Amino acid sequence: MQLERRAEPSRALLVAAPFVAVVFTLLVSSLLVAWAGAPVGRAYALLLEGGFGSRFALTETLTRATPLMLTGLAAAVAFRARLFNIGAEGQLYLGALAAVAVGGLTGGTGLDVSPWLLMPAMLIAAMLAGALLLLGPALLKSRFGVDEVVTTLLANFIVLLFVSAMLDGPMKDPSAMGWPQSVALQDALQFDKLIERSRVHTGLLLALALAVGLWALLRFTTLGFEIRAVGANPRAAAFAGMAVTGTMVKVALLSGALAGLAGAVEVAGRTGYVTLDMSPGYGYGGIVIAMLAGLNPLAVVAAAVFVGGIQVGADSMSRAVAVPTYIADVIVAVALLAMLVATLLAQYRLRLTPRARSA
Amino acid sequence: MTVLRLEGISKRFGALQANDGISLELARGEVLALLGENGAGKSTLVSILFGHYVADAGQIEAFGRVLPPGDTRAALNAGIGMVHQHFTLADNLSVLDNVMLGTEPLWRPVSGRTAARTRLLATAAKFGLGVNPDARVGDLSVGERQRVEILKALVRGARVLILDEPTAVLTPQESESLFATLGQLVAEGLSVIFISHKLDEVLRVSHRIAVLRAGRLVATLPASGATKAQLAGLMVGREVAPATRVARPRGEIVCELRNAGVAAADRRDARPLLDGVNLAVHAGEVVAVAGVSGNGQQALAEVLCGLRTLSAGSLHVAGQTLAATPRAFIAAGVARVPEDRHAVGAIGDLAVWENAVLERYRSPAFARAGVVRRDAAQAHARRLVERFDVRGVEASGLGAPARRLSGGNLQKLILGRALLGDPGATQAPRLIVADQPTWGLDVGAVAYVHQQLFDACAAGAAVLLISEDLDEIFALADRIAVMHQGRLGAARPAAAWTLGEIGLAMTGHAGHAGEWESANAA
Repeated sequence: MQLERRAEPSRALLVAAPFVAVVFTLLVSSLLVAWAGAPVGRAYALLLEGGFGSRFALTETLTRATPLMLTGLAAAVAFRARLFNIGAEGQLYLGALAAVAVGGLTGGTGLDVSPWLLMPAMLIAAMLAGALLLLGPALLKSRFGVDEVVTTLLANFIVLLFVSAMLDGPMKDPSAMGWPQSVALQDALQFDKLIERSRVHTGLLLALALAVGLWALLRFTTLGFEIRAVGANPRAAAFAGMAVTGTMVKVALLSGALAGLAGAVEVAGRTGYVTLDMSPGYGYGGIVIAMLAGLNPLAVVAAAVFVGGIQVGADSMSRAVAVPTYIADVIVAVALLAMLVATLLAQYRLRLTPRARSA
Repeated sequence: MTVLRLEGISKRFGALQANDGISLELARGEVLALLGENGAGKSTLVSILFGHYVADAGQIEAFGRVLPPGDTRAALNAGIGMVHQHFTLADNLSVLDNVMLGTEPLWRPVSGRTAARTRLLATAAKFGLGVNPDARVGDLSVGERQRVEILKALVRGARVLILDEPTAVLTPQESESLFATLGQLVAEGLSVIFISHKLDEVLRVSHRIAVLRAGRLVATLPASGATKAQLAGLMVGREVAPATRVARPRGEIVCELRNAGVAAADRRDARPLLDGVNLAVHAGEVVAVAGVSGNGQQALAEVLCGLRTLSAGSLHVAGQTLAATPRAFIAAGVARVPEDRHAVGAIGDLAVWENAVLERYRSPAFARAGVVRRDAAQAHARRLVERFDVRGVEASGLGAPARRLSGGNLQKLILGRALLGDPGATQAPRLIVADQPTWGLDVGAVAYVHQQLFDACAAGAAVLLISEDLDEIFALADRIAVMHQGRLGAARPAAAWTLGEIGLAMTGHAGHAGEWESANAA
C-alpha cells in the first residue's frame, strides 16, 4: 500500500472530505450506540433533535458553541504558526479568574468604577491573563526548543490547582455556603441576552466578529502572511527576513488572549462566577474544532456549532434512551480522526501494490 | 554472459511517467553507464532494480532468475549491491561495525567479528581498497567513506554494483582513485552500473552507455567512438546554448571579508567553522569558492546571507558593516540564492505570488498600513514569472502553491525574486551570493541560471559562487578560491588553476593562504 500525492487535489474532494468524515463517524458511532442496547435510528434522531431540533435545542447549542468558537480560534491561529497550544483550557480558566478579579462585586475583589470602563478592563484583563500564560511556553520553544505541547499541557494542571486555591482562598464567595466558587461578577458586567427566553448571550456576536477578524488578519495582513509563512516553513521564513521568534510571540499572545477571552465570556455571559467545573473541556474541544475546521477561522464557527450541537444533543439523547453522554466525546473524537484521514486522502491517492513476497 | 536483464520496466508517479518500457542488459565484467538529466528516470530505474519501488510493468532477471518485485533482501541475495549518493553509514561506528551492520541475525549469541574482520581485510586486499577496519567512519574523508560503502556491498557478495552519482561528492583525485577501483572490480568479473550526468567521466569509465530521457531509453551505444556532443544531444534532446558573457573590467570591491571567523556552536569541537577567511569580490567579476561539502561553505554562505554573525574579523558590503539579519542584507542590495531551494529558498505551501514577494512583503510597494497589497504583489509576481521564464504556473495561476513548480522553475522564481528587487528599484543587485545554484537542475535550467548570473555580472554586480561542481566553477568563475576545514585559500585567476591543483587544495594538501595579498593586489 502506498500513498501518492495527487498532482492537483480537486476542490470538490477537499470540500467533500468533511462530509464523508461525518458520515463515517456516524457509522462508527452507531456500533457503540447499538452496543449500549439502544435503537440506533432513534438514538440519532434524538441526538439531532436534542442538538438542533427545536428553538430550545438551537439556543442551547449556540450557548455551548460560543466559548468553543473562541478556544477553536485560539487553537487555529496557534496551529497555523505550528505553535501547538494545548493549554487553552488553562488560559480559559485564568482569563475567567482575571475577569472576576477585575469585575467582581465591590466589597469582594472587584473595583468600583463605571461599567463603561470596567467592561473593557475586564475583557482586557482576561485576554492578558491568557496571553501571558502562553508567552512563557512560546519563548521557551523559540529560545531553547522546549516542546510547547508538554509545557502548555502541564500548565493546565498548574492553573487548575491555582484556580482551586483562589476559589478556596482570596476569591472565595463568602455567601456560597462553603462551595468553592468565586465571588459573582457585577450585574452591570453581565452580557445581555441575545435571544429572549434563552441563554444565548452577546458573547456569541463577539466570537463571530473575532472569527471574521482573524480570517481577515490571516488572509490580508502582513502579520497573517508572517504567521502562515512561519508555520509552513520557519527556515525559509527566516531566510527571507521574517522575524520568526517575534512572529511566534505575537501568535502566542493572540492565541492566549482568545482563550483567556473565552473564560471571561463564559463568566459574563453564562455562569456569572468562576467554578472549577465551569468548562467541560472547552480548551481541549477547541483543538478538535480547529482541526475539524482545517485551521480556517470561518470554518471554526461551523465546527464549533457542530461540536456544541453533538454535546447538547447527546445530553438529551442519553436521558431518553440511556446511552451514556460519553458518546458525544466518542463522536467528536472519531470525527476528528476521520476528518484527518479524509483530508489526507483528498490530497493523496491510495495505491494498492502487490505485496512483495520473500524470496 | 548476461548477469542482469531488465525487460519493459515501467513506473508512473501520478502524472509523471518516470520509466517507460525500459529494457537493458548487463554483461559480466561490464561497466554500463546510465546517463541522463535529473528527472530522466535513472534513480527510479535503479530503485526498482534494488527493490525500493515496485514497477508497474516489466520484470528483472538476475543471473537467470527472476527477482521478486519490491524485495530489497532478494536483490541483495541475488548479488546486487548499491552505493547510494548519500551514504548510508553510521558515523559513530567503526568501519568493521558498519560493514557487519545488518548481516548478523539478532538472536545469535556470539558475534562473528573475527571472521568478519578477516573477510573484510581479504576483500579489501583483493580489490585494492585500503581501509582501516577500526577507524571511526565519522573521521573518514568522503572518498574513504565511499570506499567503505563499496566494501560493504562486496563483503555481502555483490556481483553487480550500482553506483549512484558516485563522483558528485569527490575531489578530482578521489574520482581518479574510484575509477581505478572500478577497473579492478571489472577485472575480477564484477559488473557495474554507473549513474551519472557528467559526460567526461561516463566516456572514461564505461564500456556501454545507456541514455535515458524523460523516462525512456533513447539510445544504448558503445562508449568507444561516442562523442560528448553526441551524448549531450541524446541526453537533452535539443540544442542548449551555453551561457555567454560580455566581458567587463572589474570595478571596486563590493564584498570584503577580513580575517573572518565563526566559532563552532559545540564547544568541544575545537575547530571553528570559519577560520581567518579573507576574500574580496569586485563588481563585475565572478569569484567561486570550491571545496568538498562540509568544509565551512555553509557557514560562509550563512554569513553572506545575513543569517549568521561573525565571531571574529569583519565583513563589509559596499563599504558598510551590516547587521547580521537577512533584511539588512536585502536592503543593502545583496541577492541571495540559497543552497536548498525547497527547504530554505521557498515556502512550498504558500502561493507562487506570495513566494515572489517573500523577501520584500513589508516594502511600501507591497504593503500599506499592515495590509498586503495583493494586486501590486501579484502584478510583481506576474512580471517576475514572465521576465524569468518561470513555467508551470500558467495552468493553475499565481495562486497555486509553489510546491507544484519543478526544481528548475522554483530556482528561477528564487533567482528572479533576488535579482528583481522592488518594482520601483532602479538599482540592480550589488552582490549576488549563489550557493550551489544549479544543483539538481536540468541542462536547460543550468544554462539559464548561468546566463542570469553572467548578465547580472555584466550589469555591474559582484557574484560570489559557492559550488561543489568543478565544471560549473570553471565555466563561470574569474577567480577561484578553495575551502578546506573552514580556511579559505587565496582567490587566484581561474586560468592559473589546474584541476589537479584544485583537487589537492580541496583535501588540504596545498596552502595558498600566504598568497592572499599578492593575488588580491593583482
